[in-house]
Amino acid sequence: MNEGLLEFLKREREQEWRLELRSNLKNKERTQLERNHMPEQAADRRNKNFTEVNEGLSEEQAMLEASRCLDCPKPTCITGCPVGINIPKFIKKIESGEFLDAASVLKETNALPAVCGRVCPQEVQCEQVCFYTQKLNKPPVAIGHLERFAADYERNSGKISVPKISNKNGIRVASIGSGPSGLAFAGDMAKMGYDVTVFEALHEIGGVLKYGIPEFRLPNKIVDVEIDNLEKMGVNFVKNFIVGKTASIEDLQKEGFTAFFVGSGAGLPNFMHIPGENYIGIYSSNEYLTRINLMNAADPEFDTPVLSGKNVAVIGGGNTAMDSVRTAKRLGAERAMIIYRRSIEEMPARVEEIKHAKEEGIEFLNLHNPVEYYSDEKGKVNSMKVQKMELGEPDTSGRRRPMPIEGSEYLIDVDTVVVSVGVSPNPLIPQSMKELDVSAWGTIIVDKEKMQTSIPDIFAGGDIVRGGATVILAMGDGRKSAAAMDRHIKEKVRNILSLIKEFNTIGEILDFAR
Amino acid sequence: MNRVVEKEYFSEAVVKLVVEAPRIAKNRKAGHFVIVRVGQKGERIPLTIAGADIESGTITLIVQKVGVTSIKLSNLEEGEFITDVVGPLGEPTHIEKVGTVLACGGGVGVAPLLPIVEALKKAGNKVITVLAARTKELIILEEQMRMHSDEVVIMTDDGSYGKKGLVTNGMEEVIKREKVDLSVTVGPAVMMKYCTILTKKYDIPTVASLNTLMVDGTGMCGACRVTVGGKTKFVCVDGPEFDAFEVDFDEMLLRLNSYKPSETEAYETFQKKYRKA
Repeated sequence: MNEGLLEFLKREREQEWRLELRSNLKNKERTQLERNHMPEQAADRRNKNFTEVNEGLSEEQAMLEASRCLDCPKPTCITGCPVGINIPKFIKKIESGEFLDAASVLKETNALPAVCGRVCPQEVQCEQVCFYTQKLNKPPVAIGHLERFAADYERNSGKISVPKISNKNGIRVASIGSGPSGLAFAGDMAKMGYDVTVFEALHEIGGVLKYGIPEFRLPNKIVDVEIDNLEKMGVNFVKNFIVGKTASIEDLQKEGFTAFFVGSGAGLPNFMHIPGENYIGIYSSNEYLTRINLMNAADPEFDTPVLSGKNVAVIGGGNTAMDSVRTAKRLGAERAMIIYRRSIEEMPARVEEIKHAKEEGIEFLNLHNPVEYYSDEKGKVNSMKVQKMELGEPDTSGRRRPMPIEGSEYLIDVDTVVVSVGVSPNPLIPQSMKELDVSAWGTIIVDKEKMQTSIPDIFAGGDIVRGGATVILAMGDGRKSAAAMDRHIKEKVRNILSLIKEFNTIGEILDFAR
Repeated sequence: MNRVVEKEYFSEAVVKLVVEAPRIAKNRKAGHFVIVRVGQKGERIPLTIAGADIESGTITLIVQKVGVTSIKLSNLEEGEFITDVVGPLGEPTHIEKVGTVLACGGGVGVAPLLPIVEALKKAGNKVITVLAARTKELIILEEQMRMHSDEVVIMTDDGSYGKKGLVTNGMEEVIKREKVDLSVTVGPAVMMKYCTILTKKYDIPTVASLNTLMVDGTGMCGACRVTVGGKTKFVCVDGPEFDAFEVDFDEMLLRLNSYKPSETEAYETFQKKYRKA
């Protein structure tokens, strides 16, 4: 944490209301309080519906949980947050019962608090570096649950505050993609007075928040409220528009866009390239989830079909795999299985998702790897061969490398398979801009501090840069890009102004401009 | 929302729609397609762009009534709107002067073939076009094809127009008669399969434009995947055109039938509803 920030936080911490709150309860008493449990739908009920699993803390629970926070002099939690939320301040606002103020604090640095409170992997971010985890070996303050509480309270109050907008500067900038990085970018740029347009390829705004994350984890209406809020801040949204196809960057430059943020996401789903992988009933998780979340395929009123059977195998161990397998269960699967080549400890999914999945009756076939798929005469998958694995030496990722056990193969009956083994960057943008530097994996190469690409007016972030990460890291990239783009544009303007000073007459300027 | 400005029936089952989409009209090339969605509960389907007019900012789509979405689309009248149109998508056709090109279109596949024929002719090729359909009413765009081809051969299964026989009969006659340097085939998957078996026999390089199922059309979902040269390719971003000799048409045919039972069901429900209304 830099000195300036620390100094600022210290001053805030010494404010009257914070001092008073701290004096209300001794630290010893605070640390004796138990972490509040998030109320949730019963597992045997929720695995048959798409209503949100977590029901949210009550006001009393939230205030009690907030009082566990010790308001540390060195709030390490902030360092664990990719968007730098002023965590102690918002929590102390909750403890004092000023819930709307808590929401305002969140929105200073986070355009989508209701989303982040639901989908962030807090256990490896803010909550991991909480004093409770680090020094007391106790469950951390439920920062994520509290974030969700404050954002939900504000939304339900009908008094959603629209962040203050600086005077309009008339400079047009664009975000390519309306997922988490693009929305975070748009929010920050709008606040600084820019004229922001967000281009989206699909017919809905929200990117992975809409097509990827299921209703039971992140209801669409919550995403829509956040998008509405951005609209109120003056952000324009354009659907069905693929930059690089519908119009090129050059076209948009001619139309007055000064700079661009590319947040086009991780497009191409990975497959394992094993025999039979193209049989009917074998989906990428992107396709399976898009059909169900974006196209409402499970609702007979909608035209899009989906094949979701009684025996569903989901290949992979990430959040997307958990989303897919829990979706399959909700659509009536008798066996909904995770097939993952490493052990449960190595799964990249959020701890809460794995816990919820287990409670809902998901089977975990860990240390198992698919080898081949088989089909009926119509090409529809009906079984798969899996091989058991054991863990060997650690690999480059630091996780123990799974090794196949010879002769351990056996067959499992399946009628639907969802392959969820990661994604590769969407090639559309890099293909349409030949001068853009791209890595061997197809990700856009950026300066890590500024998120600036090899083309100075183009910035990029989220999965198109990272190759596959989390909502919050994408949002952090969007925010960093906004700050850097603002500096870049201002510098450009200064350069132009200093150039103009070198001319003697307006005629010379016009000549130059020509 | 994109307005339908003109509608024309080619036959009872085939409709031409001219749709406002100025940016797509300006940027589309031969081989490009769009994804359309009709109604808030509609599905996303790919349709090849059959033509465009930059001046009026319109694109031409040709729709054959085969399922729920194509029927909804065909039922739109002039002045009504398509809920979503996005594109142009896919890689454009590789156009160069190779000599003599044999262009083969079956059924509604003739629509996407038209801009390809236009571009190949413009590039200085001799273009011989074979149009095939079950019966006379289903032969479409004949006049436009004649404008851009050196010769047009028409084949119908029942002999009601042109010559009686399959597309491959028409093709083989040409191949036996003169040297063909490239063949382009667009139509039902089974037709393209047999066109390719024929051109392979005569060792004529062949390009097929594939019409797989799609959802997003931007490389995100993989619904459109096909095996080409032993590797999995995505038709939406790697295609839609591929070296036909390398395409696993049998796998593609199976995958095209992924939703046959449910689509038939949906179609029947839809028909019932439609009749009531």
